[in-house]
Amino acid sequence: MNTLTEATLMAWQLLFALDPELVAIVGRSLAVSATACVIAFGLGLVAGAWLGVARFPGRDPVLTVLSTLLALPSVVVGLIVYLLLSRSGPLGFLGWLYSFPAMVTAQVVLVTPVVAALTRQAIEDADRGHGEQLRSLGASTFTRGLLLAFDERFALLTVLIAAFGRAVSEVGAVMIVGGNIDGFTRVMTTAIALETSKGDLPLAMALGIVLIAVVLLLNVAIAALRAWRERIDGNVSDVTRVLSA
Amino acid sequence: MNSSSPQKDFRCAQPEGNAVILHATRSGEAATADRDAGPRDAGSPVSRAAPRTTDTVFRLEEAQVRYGAVQALAPLSLTIRAGERVALIGPNGSGKTTLLRMLHGLIDPSAGRVERPSIRRQAMLFQRPYMLRASVLRNIALGLWLRGIHWRAACELAHAALARFGLGEAAHRNARNLSSGQQQRMALARAWALSPDVLLLDEPTSSMDPAARRDVEGLLTHFTDRAGVTLVFSSHNLGQVRRLASRVLCFEQGRLLADQSTAAFFDESATAGVRRYLAGELA
Repeated sequence: MNTLTEATLMAWQLLFALDPELVAIVGRSLAVSATACVIAFGLGLVAGAWLGVARFPGRDPVLTVLSTLLALPSVVVGLIVYLLLSRSGPLGFLGWLYSFPAMVTAQVVLVTPVVAALTRQAIEDADRGHGEQLRSLGASTFTRGLLLAFDERFALLTVLIAAFGRAVSEVGAVMIVGGNIDGFTRVMTTAIALETSKGDLPLAMALGIVLIAVVLLLNVAIAALRAWRERIDGNVSDVTRVLSA
Repeated sequence: MNSSSPQKDFRCAQPEGNAVILHATRSGEAATADRDAGPRDAGSPVSRAAPRTTDTVFRLEEAQVRYGAVQALAPLSLTIRAGERVALIGPNGSGKTTLLRMLHGLIDPSAGRVERPSIRRQAMLFQRPYMLRASVLRNIALGLWLRGIHWRAACELAHAALARFGLGEAAHRNARNLSSGQQQRMALARAWALSPDVLLLDEPTSSMDPAARRDVEGLLTHFTDRAGVTLVFSSHNLGQVRRLASRVLCFEQGRLLADQSTAAFFDESATAGVRRYLAGELA
């Protein structure tokens, strides 16, 4: 039996036995990413909705910066958050480095631009088609953004799912600011990296299977959401179409 | 959920009984109205006197609209007075919708001036009305809420408007699932609920069957006659123009070809351009 087959069999044994270490790592990983996504969604939704409807001098450079932030490498985010939270950094007084809040902070920084950019695109498309009618009803710029966000709520739910996928699968930022401390800040991606380097392939493989399953489930959720929306009102926004393509 | 907060309580309750409804605005104003009264007084959130028919509602002085190199509306000077029912006719792309959008303040003239000296409240109905992905009732209440009416009072007014336009049964249906004709009726109900001084309608019955069109025309006539509301509407339906309008403005490629009373317009067919339009020869 070769190493891959052996590791895969042992990984499934760990999964079926609900290995406590495995379960703890998966639970922590999902908790960090879910918390980060909720915070990022709140911030990104408001920023994206406003950017989608507001017209002001300097908007184009702001959108360029936002697009650049989409491609920000996670290790760079980790480095920046590390410098902010380190003892001599401006947020060092919080004492968050190598803790759950530090990992959440890093993922918020990573994911907020994703939410803001995709929300901005969805709202801007909707505003181009219908914003004038909302203006004629008396909606202010900000109210118009929020109403369009409400109307595009299914597309934005897709954005939330995509953001969670990005957060849960990144490794660089949480490794730097979390420190991969066993039983404390070890999450799926950092554990896979560590266990692979140690040669403990069954645990790494089991975590990899869970991670793939999570990402698969998220994509199934996006596809199901799209199918449901098409059945409900025969209308799917461009953002949902792109994310579920 | 706190039902006293208009921003938070978005439940739309069925109005109780047939009694007088209290309409409280978020700024603290209050007015009463009987749901069974006419269109202007039933559902008017703020009571006020009908405008005098000599009041000018729109005054255009050499107002024109350009989109880049394209002149959508050539320099135009005219006055529209309170209570007039003005029809805008002309081929597609002749500037009717541009004029309506400019009158409503959605676009500014590229040159010239548009004055609205005596308008307190105006509403515009678009050819393809936008409906939020929500119930019919909430869509109508939204327009009122955005004008400062408490959400609960807005829902009650929306119920009255729906009943008035024969959509009471559809109150809790998803507005997106209505037919295009029903959506136009709903948009009219939404505009009517705002109790405007001026109603701007862009092809308001283009998706309706003849019976529904006749009903809506009756409501519009009643609405404008009784309350002195100024009506400006675009239409390709010349029969409708004859029935509804007191004055006709005929456009071609952004230029005003004719500005006449309805009777004179159809009887005299003053210009060659108008005669060609009426004969269906203008593209």
